[in-house]
Amino acid sequence: MTNRKKKVVIVGGGLAGLALAMKFCERNGEATVVSYQSLKRSHSVCAQGGINAAIDAKNEGDTPEKHFYDTIKGGDFLAHQPLVRDMCHQAPTIINLMDRMGVAFNRTGEGHLDFRRFGGTLFNRTAFAGATTGQQLVYALDEQVRRHVHDGSAKTLEWHEYLGAVLDAEGICRGAVIHDLRTDEIYTLKADAVVLATGGPGQVYGRSTNSVVNTGAAATTAYMQGAKFANGEFIQIHPTAIPGQDKLRLMSESARGEGGRVWVPRDGNDNRNPREIPENERYYFLEEKYPLFKNLVPRDVASREIYDIVYNQNLGVSGDPMVYLDLTHKSREFLDNRLGGILDIYTKFTGADPRETPMKIFPAVHYSMGGLWTDYGPDSNGMIDHASPKNQMTSIRGLYAAGEADYQYHGANRLGANSLLSCIYTGLMMARGVMNYMDSLEKSADDISSTVFDDARSHWKSRFNDIKNMNGSENPHKLHHELGDIMLANVLIVRDNKSLEKASHEIEEIETRFKNVKCLDTTDWVNPSPSFINQLYCMIHLSKIITKGALMRDEFRGSHYKPDFDLSQPKDFDPHEYIEYLEQKQYGDVTEGKFPPGHLDYMKRFEENNEKWLKTTVAQYKNNQPQITYEEVNTSLVTPRPRKYD
Amino acid sequence: MTEKTTTIKIKRQDKPGSPSYWQTFEVPDKPFANIISCLMDIQKTPTTEDGKTVNPVTWDCNCLEEVCGSCTMLINGQVRQACTALVDNLKKPIVLEPMSKFPVLRDLQVDRERMFDNLKKVKAWIEIDGSHDIGAGPIMPDQDRAKRYVMSECMTCGCCLEACPQFTQDNSFLGAATFNQVRLFNLHPSGEMKKEDRLDAIMGEGGITDCGNAQVCVEVCPKNIPLTESIADISRQTTWQMIKNLLIK
Repeated sequence: MTNRKKKVVIVGGGLAGLALAMKFCERNGEATVVSYQSLKRSHSVCAQGGINAAIDAKNEGDTPEKHFYDTIKGGDFLAHQPLVRDMCHQAPTIINLMDRMGVAFNRTGEGHLDFRRFGGTLFNRTAFAGATTGQQLVYALDEQVRRHVHDGSAKTLEWHEYLGAVLDAEGICRGAVIHDLRTDEIYTLKADAVVLATGGPGQVYGRSTNSVVNTGAAATTAYMQGAKFANGEFIQIHPTAIPGQDKLRLMSESARGEGGRVWVPRDGNDNRNPREIPENERYYFLEEKYPLFKNLVPRDVASREIYDIVYNQNLGVSGDPMVYLDLTHKSREFLDNRLGGILDIYTKFTGADPRETPMKIFPAVHYSMGGLWTDYGPDSNGMIDHASPKNQMTSIRGLYAAGEADYQYHGANRLGANSLLSCIYTGLMMARGVMNYMDSLEKSADDISSTVFDDARSHWKSRFNDIKNMNGSENPHKLHHELGDIMLANVLIVRDNKSLEKASHEIEEIETRFKNVKCLDTTDWVNPSPSFINQLYCMIHLSKIITKGALMRDEFRGSHYKPDFDLSQPKDFDPHEYIEYLEQKQYGDVTEGKFPPGHLDYMKRFEENNEKWLKTTVAQYKNNQPQITYEEVNTSLVTPRPRKYD
Repeated sequence: MTEKTTTIKIKRQDKPGSPSYWQTFEVPDKPFANIISCLMDIQKTPTTEDGKTVNPVTWDCNCLEEVCGSCTMLINGQVRQACTALVDNLKKPIVLEPMSKFPVLRDLQVDRERMFDNLKKVKAWIEIDGSHDIGAGPIMPDQDRAKRYVMSECMTCGCCLEACPQFTQDNSFLGAATFNQVRLFNLHPSGEMKKEDRLDAIMGEGGITDCGNAQVCVEVCPKNIPLTESIADISRQTTWQMIKNLLIK
């Protein structure tokens, strides 16, 4: 390496990107943050309810190990365990850091951090700043990065779009191709490593809780350049969102964490004002079915139950696909202090005040557990070697991914308030490894022939030229809407192979029609049209990854629910029986009589299914299609077992 | 056509410095429609009311739930976020214009860089020793936290500056959003340690004494931040700082 400062290009100004930029500058590196828009406006601001850390502020006996177990179980055992364990152990430190940076976390009577309950756990583990925790965390990290910009160690390229990685002859990433969204100029940035902290792909579904920029285009481009994409089919559907034309706005899980109750009238034809319906004529279906976790079952479970109430039991409110989320039993003062931000949003968009009348909500696409395949360096204690250059590296050397853009932390279903944690954790954790990777390079980006950069630049210049020359009859925005409709109709909460086949064909049709798109605007100043067409192209390929992964995975795991492959857990089953069964097995055949009727059979089915499907899905771009293979999951710390929340 | 539509008049501009012009669009009525969904419909059918196909209108937006601050514009002459502007609640025809206090980039997009630069001028951050593990943050009463929280919801949207008679494109007035940031950080136990730097930064030209006390900033803030309280508080703080500076010098 040369004597100059180490250079990293970070794409994305959300929590993961900013956390890394801060850490990298502290370690005397030079970070350039590329952002599609002004910093402070990234999608991380939309996170509402909080961030998890097992500080045990309420003396409930919570520990990072319990946080680890809840996260692994919540994810249906599909996440690599050493990473999740490390993240959960780092969480208290991360909360303290964010607190020191001035995040206005709610506090207790003594002035310490306050915590509330979230889904998938029985502990009060979620630190929060009102109901705009994501916004507050982004601002705190943004302020630190702004300070580094002020001091000269960080640079920002706002209103710039990442188009692709610059790969040298050996396939090592040496920089990034950048598109200035104002001047339309396309150029390259040299870097010792490039990090994609570009968030999730909600726009593939058209309408979701995601922001407009969440197209997944950067990650998909990396996939088309050879990076592996993992677990694409695991898309989280958040149980509670507010229906809308342009977006399905999130209603935070914290509404239930603070006591919100989900219900429908017992009689589907009951059209009375909800507050006039007496207690005994209300069906609190989550509380009845899950007496232990009640309204705070994990998101995949809650979304399936709401879907079942609406579509199978026809109990949606007034016959519409909606259920009540009720906070009216709580005092106005309490609600304003702990949930004010989100209740105001509900009021602004629906005209109804949730303090006075139950909210009407329905599930919506929210988060991608899958993302770019990334690596990690485990140590011998079931933790992570933070010095390892492998941490968060994609299958392309020198190209890293962090935050929602990677796949490693949430398995088959993410627990609420773990996303803010995983974003900040990855950003902070990877900094040392990225620096060590740069030290290990024999050649720096400065030693690479300029033709490598010129070629990358001219590839993208001609690509955008071609896009501007597209003069067919298809409107790209309409085509995007149709793609979203296909995904919403076929690749959502309840999945079956016939619909998934149908979706695959329909996506192929969209891909064919894409060739006939018209570039609506061919000017060269602040023109979003060509970029959008490129993003649409990426979204078509990403929808193929999601759909093919879902089609091939013939099982029910976490957010991926295929009723045809449900193993039908007996109602009275206790997950500990499975651990006992595995132990007994070591001493020879286990006989039927040792367990209640039907249980042994179920456990054998479960074991067999895990052998086949407890695997990471890996998609690789081959002949314009995702080629799917499977990889082992690191389950070295906790034995995978059936999930149960009642 | 049997479909019901809403008429939207939009003030457009192709480039900074180029003349602006008006175009009118008919957008189909839909339940729960907001200004953003109307602009999205125009993207899908970029045709004016007189049947001319034009370049789609450009605008800024991201979160669509009034927490990112992107989509500020003038809607029927009022500065506000486009995402929370529901079509049903607006007078028709609807008139959209870009903000007037910032340079127009194109159509409804303006350059608000000045706001972000001001954050640097007043050091709107806490000077932490580093991001390594050095224990918990300072203990703080929840009432103080609550006060800070309301201020920290500022999403740099620019509504307060658009409404402010003092803030113009050719002066250097910092404006309510920036003053509020000074108060936010001066109120934090660690942030307070750089209080004097921040106050010094707002004492010169364009600083707090240029505020004409029109009090319109607080009326247009979409987050109901008590901006006039912040301004009054920061005025008091700078007065003390000035006296202190005089005594020391």
